[in-house]
Amino acid sequence: MMRLPRPLTDPLIRANPVTLRILGICSALAVTTSLVTALTMCAALIFVLCAASGLISAIRRHIPQSIRLILQITIIATLVILIDEVLRAYAFEISQLLSIFVGLIVTNCIVLGRAESFAMHHPVWPSVLDGLGNALGYSLVLVIVATIRELFGTGQLSGLPVLPTVAGGGWFVPLGLMQLAPSAFFIIGLLIWAIRAARPEQAEHPDHSLISLDTKATP
Amino acid sequence: MDKPRGPWARFLARPNEDPVKALGLAGLVALASALTLSTAATALRPRQIANIEAARQLRMQAMVDALPGLRAVMEELGVTELETRLVDLATGRMLAEAQGHDPETAARDPETSIALPEEADIAGLERREAQALVHLLERDGAVMLVVLPVRGAGYQSTISALLALEPDLNTIAALTVTEQAETPGLGARIESEAWQALWPGRQIADETGAIRIDVVRGQASTPYEVDGISGATRTGNGVADMIRFWMGPWGYGPFLDRLGQEGLG
Repeated sequence: MMRLPRPLTDPLIRANPVTLRILGICSALAVTTSLVTALTMCAALIFVLCAASGLISAIRRHIPQSIRLILQITIIATLVILIDEVLRAYAFEISQLLSIFVGLIVTNCIVLGRAESFAMHHPVWPSVLDGLGNALGYSLVLVIVATIRELFGTGQLSGLPVLPTVAGGGWFVPLGLMQLAPSAFFIIGLLIWAIRAARPEQAEHPDHSLISLDTKATP
Repeated sequence: MDKPRGPWARFLARPNEDPVKALGLAGLVALASALTLSTAATALRPRQIANIEAARQLRMQAMVDALPGLRAVMEELGVTELETRLVDLATGRMLAEAQGHDPETAARDPETSIALPEEADIAGLERREAQALVHLLERDGAVMLVVLPVRGAGYQSTISALLALEPDLNTIAALTVTEQAETPGLGARIESEAWQALWPGRQIADETGAIRIDVVRGQASTPYEVDGISGATRTGNGVADMIRFWMGPWGYGPFLDRLGQEGLG
């Protein structure tokens, strides 16, 4: 097979968990003020999502329906605590910056969503690929948002100066808004708009539409 | 189909909705998780402690560097770091041995800590260690600087900080937050240099000895006030309560009184 398997490539752009399903937004806002924190978060999520999907898929035939969510969450939480402990031992400063957000991967809907909708019904290898694909899709959005926010918010990328700031004698005035959470909403919103403009089939139908009262009142 | 052999195969062959299998599987997953995590936590603990200690040392160094003229004094005295002493908090007496004392472990152990009465526990600590470490710089028997480790409940985490006092033991020389997990972007800004730079020169108590230091909304207007961070009122209150607690009679109050009256002795 020449092409990359679909579970891996599909969630990158077409079925991206962030832009299509609007999942994982909370952490996408919180950890994207700088590229380094975003990349660390991505690495943590890639590990958790691949391992969780693989493990859950491996025991999927023996998971009782009645307690499946509890088992899935237990496995996910174990992996999250594990990566948090590892980060605190080997990447202490970054783990301080990420604070609670590594722990909050437990509540990241992407992880439980892939476990429930894919890993429970597919063999181990496709599940791991699906996990990897979704984690990479999430990472792609995070890296794009973090690059924009760090570059325009501070004039730096991964802490290295790129645009000379006024404070440092250059011409660039950092946009303070970029370092605040709302800017991540704007950037993700623009990304969703761009993807849906290119793929009109992703546009959602309105849930509600206005009905004129006049036509309703007339018998 | 072959008849399953052995207890393990029979267990796996049970229908998934069978209560024995449900309970058994839940137990196995929990056991595997617990084993993984306790192994990882135990194996990684020494590295994590070393990281926290190294970060604390760095902050202490940075704090010393941030205080004007302090490095020069230290070089003149031929010391590279502050002297650490163990203090009995209830009596305020300095004790001889400061080696290997871990305040956080001590605060958890009922034998080495005291329960705080609710009305005195403004920092939300519940228990406080009986003996605490303080860091001093002395010159010709006179105190040049006192650095007190403090901690208290913030909005969503325990905040730890180093509070440095000038020789009058009432003027803040510096405040450095050493550990916190407050809301990123809001409360977590207490760790920023810009906010910590508001503290030097603030007074803790007024002439009557009443503790007045506070973090206020908006602009600080008296020497006892520090500007709060907008959107992080409860974190700011936590920092203020923490300092008020540790400067008061249940914190370093007795030690500071004794130090003010008797000197280093």
